[in-house]
Amino acid sequence: MIGLWRKIRKTGRVAEPAPERADGEVVPRAAELGGSVQIRHVDAGSCNGCEVEIASAFGPVYDAERYGARLVASPRHADALLVTGPVTRNMEVALRRSHEAVPEPRLVVALGDCARDCGAFAGAYGVVGAVKDVVPVDVEVPGCPPPPEAIVEALRGLTGR
Amino acid sequence: MNLTGTLFVAALGLCLAAAPAAVLTPRRARPLLAGAATTAAGLAGAAAGVTALSGQGWSARLDGVLPLAGVRLDLDPLGAMFVAVTGAVAVCAAVYGVAYARHGLDGRVAQATPPLFVASMLLVPAAASVSTLLVAWELMALTSLLLVLAEHRRRAAVGEAALWYAVMTHLGFAAILAGLAGFAALAGGETFEQLRAAGLPPGARDAVFLATLAGFASKAGIVPLHVWLARAHPEAPSQVSALMSAAMVNMGVYGILRVGLDLLHGGPAWWWLLVLGAGALSALFGILQAAVASDLKRLLGHSTTENMGLVLIGVGAAGFLASGGDSMLAALALAAALLHVVNHSAFKTLLFLAAGSVLHATGTRDLDALGGLRARMPCTTALFAVGALAASALPPGNGFVSEWLLLQSLIHALPTSGVAGAVTMPLAVGVIALSAGLAIATFVKAFGVGFLARPRTPGAERASESPPAMIGGMALAAASCVILALAPATVLPGLSRLAASLVPGSGHPPGPVPVSGEVTLRLTGYEGTISPLLIAVALAIAVIGLLGAVRLFASRRARRAARLWDCGAGPMSPRMEYTATSFAEPLQRVFDDVLEPESDLDVTPTKESAYLVESVRFRARIPDRIERRLYDPVLAAAGALGRAATGLANGSVHRYLAYGFYALTAVLVALAVIW
Amino acid sequence: MTGLIGAVSQVVLVAVGSPLLAGLMRQVRARLEGRAGAGVAQPWRDLRKLARKEPITPHGTGWVFRLAPLVLAGTVLVVAAVVPLVTTLSPMDGVADLFAVTALLALGSVALALGGLDTGTAFGGMGASREVTVMALVEPTILLSVFALSVRVGSTNLGAIVTSAVHDPLEVISPVSLLAAVALAVVTIAETGRIPVDNPSTHLELTMIHEAMILEYSGPDLALIEWASAMRLSVLLGLLASLFAPWGIATAGAGLAAVVLGMAALVIKVAALGVLLAAGEVFMAKLRLFRIPELLAGSFMLALLAVAASFFLA
Ligand code: SF4
Repeated sequence: MIGLWRKIRKTGRVAEPAPERADGEVVPRAAELGGSVQIRHVDAGSCNGCEVEIASAFGPVYDAERYGARLVASPRHADALLVTGPVTRNMEVALRRSHEAVPEPRLVVALGDCARDCGAFAGAYGVVGAVKDVVPVDVEVPGCPPPPEAIVEALRGLTGR
Repeated sequence: MNLTGTLFVAALGLCLAAAPAAVLTPRRARPLLAGAATTAAGLAGAAAGVTALSGQGWSARLDGVLPLAGVRLDLDPLGAMFVAVTGAVAVCAAVYGVAYARHGLDGRVAQATPPLFVASMLLVPAAASVSTLLVAWELMALTSLLLVLAEHRRRAAVGEAALWYAVMTHLGFAAILAGLAGFAALAGGETFEQLRAAGLPPGARDAVFLATLAGFASKAGIVPLHVWLARAHPEAPSQVSALMSAAMVNMGVYGILRVGLDLLHGGPAWWWLLVLGAGALSALFGILQAAVASDLKRLLGHSTTENMGLVLIGVGAAGFLASGGDSMLAALALAAALLHVVNHSAFKTLLFLAAGSVLHATGTRDLDALGGLRARMPCTTALFAVGALAASALPPGNGFVSEWLLLQSLIHALPTSGVAGAVTMPLAVGVIALSAGLAIATFVKAFGVGFLARPRTPGAERASESPPAMIGGMALAAASCVILALAPATVLPGLSRLAASLVPGSGHPPGPVPVSGEVTLRLTGYEGTISPLLIAVALAIAVIGLLGAVRLFASRRARRAARLWDCGAGPMSPRMEYTATSFAEPLQRVFDDVLEPESDLDVTPTKESAYLVESVRFRARIPDRIERRLYDPVLAAAGALGRAATGLANGSVHRYLAYGFYALTAVLVALAVIW
Repeated sequence: MTGLIGAVSQVVLVAVGSPLLAGLMRQVRARLEGRAGAGVAQPWRDLRKLARKEPITPHGTGWVFRLAPLVLAGTVLVVAAVVPLVTTLSPMDGVADLFAVTALLALGSVALALGGLDTGTAFGGMGASREVTVMALVEPTILLSVFALSVRVGSTNLGAIVTSAVHDPLEVISPVSLLAAVALAVVTIAETGRIPVDNPSTHLELTMIHEAMILEYSGPDLALIEWASAMRLSVLLGLLASLFAPWGIATAGAGLAAVVLGMAALVIKVAALGVLLAAGEVFMAKLRLFRIPELLAGSFMLALLAVAASFFLA
């Protein structure tokens, strides 16, 4: 316990100072949310590279939570789906149902090149298509995988903070 | 004959007339006739009880009815309270029974016996002599045994349950008989007046008390004499279960009060600590078994053991405090116990009737096979919810009020009652609290798993609401629960007067009543107030206010129906729902050492490889541990004795002649030696 | 009159302040983890947004599911009105009894457990089952601690207990009080679903207790539940503070100024307790579900000791 306390003291604050927002714009449909966005992450068939980046976006260094974004356990609690990977056949129905399960207003963030246009997996036999072929997409984050800064930036576009 | 007497005689007369009438009328009219007569009898009985409780006693002496002793009846306040409760339960059960009987229970015996059963339960608390009490007691045992057997053709378990019941109830009867007969012999008379006046030597008093305590406690389903209860009550037809579990068990409490407090005028502290201990054990053991039970009616039966245990905690505390001279607090504990008797009768009637309604509609009482009744049986569901709220002792239910009073009496007892009290009272509070917590778990399970969510079997899927008469019976019980919950002052003054007068050493006239107040109940002499009505109103205001606030300030979006969140993989089958067994699993695990559950796992591998599994069979059972430790050895010994005896009687006539010869020789030799 | 004003101010304070307390606790936790944190007002932003969202009724659920959040929040509001947080004068004396308060809070949990069961999902049932298990084990400890505290006062009325502690500050550091305080602190943690009994921010269904029951709720329903949970936490922390550090509470005969002072004292005390709790959570991991009974049994022993002490030291 003392050791942990020392560690806390020594580490101090690791969160990087919040960068200035480049465009300062908010996704119009997210304006209603007023600075609080709960996110349900759906892995539609990703290679898990994007997941690693999401984890670090919500880690102490980038601390996406400070802008009012939070990961939640149920789509019923969510405002936005954070979809990664190309939509595989096995996940097509599940993604659609997850989307239906989110109460209005609901947004979809397609995260990573795979989610935008199937990326490296385009044309593969198990892939149905990009996320926008299955559910309407509001925000796209490019990159393979997108860096945490980009993820945080996109989320700030939803929370407006 | 005064009003009380007229009403009481009318009740008895209606019951006794209903039985032969039910035998004579054709099958179609039979349930209606018997039901109407029993309802009227119940009403008259309840009214007689109420008038007697409010001061207008009645006594009668019929010398010609029983040979030798004659019948003596006396409706004093103590008896009257139990008469009133029995009458009220009988009304609900009888109204309900009119429709329930169509369920194949309209035979002559099944219809003629309930009125007799009710009559016997009206007679027991009114009896004023040992012989009258014993005859009424035995009549009660026999009629209820017949009723337990009503469905013996349908289920094999009925026969076994009835056998247990028959043996236990007669052992209990023997204990009471021994106790009271000995008492009468020592007192030189068998009327209660003579018994009251008799001064017995302490040893004899102890013996009388212990013998009658054993007998009466077995009727109340007190641990370790409870084994018959959870078997017999569920196997009886549901309205009979209600009568047994809500009215008959009370007779055990009545007996303990009558003998211990009234006839023997209280006793040494250890009597009452014994009662309290037995009550505490029953409360815990009963509710633990209920918490892990998955048979709805069995669960209710175990809960009866729990509630009788709570009542006995109150009775024991009352006797204990009175023996220490604190008659005010003793009266409070006793009033709490009596109120709990009334409350328990109300909600247990309701719950058993609702369980019967479920059984009627689905053909099963296994919670693991139920579910989804909310949409199919809305009235039964709502009524069961009222009963479950009461049984889990949460406000605004009626169980809460009596448990609150009970806790108050125990808490205030601590500073004054010496070291024995200092050890007992906290443990008793702990027991009550734990049983209250487990009762919540039990009834959340019973209601949540049995009635909510989706049906788990086709039987539950096809369920439909019960006929109006059944709902009427339940609604009557529910109404009394609600009245008792919101306005306990309707019954409390009578009960607290009774309690104050019953406490030994209270003197004449008895001291002030321990609880008073109309809306807010106040303890006399101690600080403590509770207002059940205020709690209910405040809660209602808060909920309605919130509803309004949500309507005003929250979403303008319409409510949308959507599929259940099934992680996108759906559809979810009802087999994925939590069952009663799985719901109780964490509790079962926590109380592993007490319950000693058994499970066995059979894994059959495929022929090709020992690692590939063909089928897995898992069986779990929670046996009654007390039964296993206490009864099984006795039963095994009896069985062994029986088997050994069959070796003696092998059917050979020569052998029997030889036995006769040896016996005669032995007698002759013995005589020759002695003389 | 002061009583009525005090009660109203308590309800308002709890209703408005509880989400801020939750925000403060999250902020403390975030800072200790090296994060920046979302700010103290974040829970209010969450609630505002949830209230505007669409309510969803899953197929197969009914009035129990709909009613549960209302009952949960309703019970907490009633409790907030009657427990002595700002003032010991309750206009509803007949409710301000520790047993009644405990039972009302239990009623809220039961409503939520039934709401979870009504969905018929595996997680709903699982959460409900765990919740009632914990509740059944918590109940004895609460009642015994109440017992211990009420012995010296001769009443289980909360106002009376707190008033006596105000008049005799030394009582607070008596062994009875300390033992009961520890026992009650443990059950407060269990009742409000904090670490080490439950993890309020878990995403892993299999470890959930509270969250598992509310997985199906959305929009305003969810807002009510979240709000009620925050209020439960602050009411219980406030109650702990009032029982064991009753300074600043407005007692009988106090004027309006005392009520204002009481409000300030309450805010400070509850915030301090919240910070302490949040900081403590950083140092702990959630216990395995089947180790929780051991923790609760330990607190039960403490409560029993407290009662014994109250008798033998009296
Ligand atoms: S975008 Fe790149 S990192 Fe992300 S899932 Fe696709 S391949 Fe993996």
